[in-house]
Amino acid sequence: MKTTSILTLAATALTATGAAAEKAEVDFWHAMGGQLGEMVDKFAADYNAGSETCQVNAVYKGNYTENMTAAIAAFRAGEQPHVVQVFEVGTATMMAAGDKGAIYPVYQLMEDAGINFDQSAYLPAVISYYTDTEDRLLSLPFNSSTPVLWYNKTALDEAGVEVPTTWDEVEEAARKLKENGVAKPFSFGWQSWTQIENYSAWHNIELGSQQNGFAGLDTEFTFNNDAVVGHIQRIADMGKEGLFAYGGRRGDSRAQFVNGETALWINSSAYYGGFKNDIKDFEFSQTMLPLDTEVADAPQNGIIGGATLWVLQGHEQPEYACVADFFQFLSQPDTQAFWHQETGYVPITTAAYELSKEQGFYETDPGTDTAIQQLSLNAPTPASKGVRFGNFVQIRDIINEELEAVWSGQKDAREAMDAAVERGNALLRKFQAANS
Amino acid sequence: MQKRVVFRSRLLPYLLVAPQIAVTVVFFFWPSYQALESSFFLEDAFGFSRQWVGLLNYTELFDDPGYLRSFRTTLIFGLSVAFLAMSLALALAVAANRVVRAATSYRTLLIWPYAVAPALAGVIWYFLMNPSLGIVAYWLQNAGVDWNHYVNGDQALLLVIVAAAWKQISYNFLFFLAGLQSIPRSLIEAAAIDRATPFQRFWTITFPLLTPTTFFLLVVNLVYAFFDTFALIHATTEGGPVDATSILVFRVYSTGFVGQDYGSSAAQSVILMALVIAMTIVQFRYVERKVVY
Repeated sequence: MKTTSILTLAATALTATGAAAEKAEVDFWHAMGGQLGEMVDKFAADYNAGSETCQVNAVYKGNYTENMTAAIAAFRAGEQPHVVQVFEVGTATMMAAGDKGAIYPVYQLMEDAGINFDQSAYLPAVISYYTDTEDRLLSLPFNSSTPVLWYNKTALDEAGVEVPTTWDEVEEAARKLKENGVAKPFSFGWQSWTQIENYSAWHNIELGSQQNGFAGLDTEFTFNNDAVVGHIQRIADMGKEGLFAYGGRRGDSRAQFVNGETALWINSSAYYGGFKNDIKDFEFSQTMLPLDTEVADAPQNGIIGGATLWVLQGHEQPEYACVADFFQFLSQPDTQAFWHQETGYVPITTAAYELSKEQGFYETDPGTDTAIQQLSLNAPTPASKGVRFGNFVQIRDIINEELEAVWSGQKDAREAMDAAVERGNALLRKFQAANS
Repeated sequence: MQKRVVFRSRLLPYLLVAPQIAVTVVFFFWPSYQALESSFFLEDAFGFSRQWVGLLNYTELFDDPGYLRSFRTTLIFGLSVAFLAMSLALALAVAANRVVRAATSYRTLLIWPYAVAPALAGVIWYFLMNPSLGIVAYWLQNAGVDWNHYVNGDQALLLVIVAAAWKQISYNFLFFLAGLQSIPRSLIEAAAIDRATPFQRFWTITFPLLTPTTFFLLVVNLVYAFFDTFALIHATTEGGPVDATSILVFRVYSTGFVGQDYGSSAAQSVILMALVIAMTIVQFRYVERKVVY
């Protein structure tokens, strides 16, 4: 009796392993480290547990740049993963590769897999960044955020200032905070994204010709216009007065905000999850980006940052069916709402937003809907749809360099922006030559 | 009579060096050739198309003032790291050489930092010097120094020089200590009898006798500063602020891997390669002549 049951067990185990071995495997390379990486692993594990035919292997490959570079190098060697997470500034490079057949566009993937994929379920401001000229989705939005103004409510109250809504008010608030003993009142991270790209979109100013590069590779930068130059000069002047302290290219200045040295900090809404854990000494919240009243009467809309999932060509069809199925899983309102609430990334489907509302998330965690409101403030215009410039990863570094020259007083804003535009245009021409 | 090994078979010696030759060809000559080749092409990131552009990648580099500044930065960085790491190591070695008690523990402690990977060494210093979190930055600010290496390029360069030198001191220390111990005590004792002060003894006897070690270390340190410090800069300043810490090897990386501009990156590697070959020749032809073996 006992022997039989053991035998049955063994037999079942054998079939089980047999089935597991037959699972089609999908490699998914991502750039989500730390807490975010754990959540991506959880998504993959949940999906694998629920699927009888597919196995998704999520692998962390370093930061956004490293992940993208690794995938491209792997592609050249014929060892590419099925799915790779690429940040928004890599979009032009991926699209150019798509024209040559390296990319399996998401709309095509879903069609081939027979999945009824409703593109309109996604937020327009998110999806418009990643569609082709015929409005077809090329990559699946996964984690999208937008810059917001984070503020230290306790410090503002102590200094007796209101939450600023315009740049004049930011300056005034910073001055009062400084008088009240806040060492470095104002700062930001990812400066090209927050102070040039989003500043421009927020005030409905184009960064470059050809609809910010969406309409053609022969685009040229125009962000050395008076509005942007004036804005950069304002921050530089605040720096001289001790109201602004620069703290690095990416998120390095986060430390300044968390330890209370900085009370007004512009950066991604996706810092929410981390702040909730780390900030215990004061009350913090987020609000929309300030408006430059000399440039516009009302804000347009913010543009996103973050990353999407691109599917690379060169694998078997059953595996692609799994990719489509996995994407379907990721787009579920539950998955999306969980991701949004835990991290501060934008809920990228309307359903996930509605679900979060129903669950009362915005009442328990006030301010967390700032990002989505900012993105859907108005219908995106050609200037506020996003940016699509080739070699933009490198161009962002040029902008970083030129801005740092302003913060350190080596150049004024006009000189720096002129230089950035000139150097950036040279790289745009190079990209055009290599990809046409 | 001279001792000579005679191979009976004429094939055997070639066979014995073949593995080494194969390694050199596969890992050195082949990549170098590929770098040389792609430096004449313009290529898209995924490698679908490449077009011959002649010397364009090179002319573009020399028209770029940033690239020329990078030469200067590399030179300052390399010389400072070599000087700092070698002089401190020599001082420590001389001191350690005189220690009688617990000598091994001192030596072990001094050799320790060598086990730290360059990227980690960078990160350690980066945290110490971080304007918001770092303890050293805090002391500096209390002492009235306005420390912010995110904005101040000279401070950033100083930071990476100190971090790179700190890591290399242990290695230099080992070699200097070995060098010191091989100097015959009788020479120094003779000088002492002639009433030479310790200072004079060091400069007229010890230091000249150390020149082979010093020369060897100079070559090693410069090569280290030029090439092996990439990880350190990548992990800390990423070449900034502006391009204050963007040394040549970091540029090769950022053009090739961040920018996916393989042609220009290859051209930079070729230039760097030429530079190292030239440097090595100069060192062996001119500097080595002054070395007493």
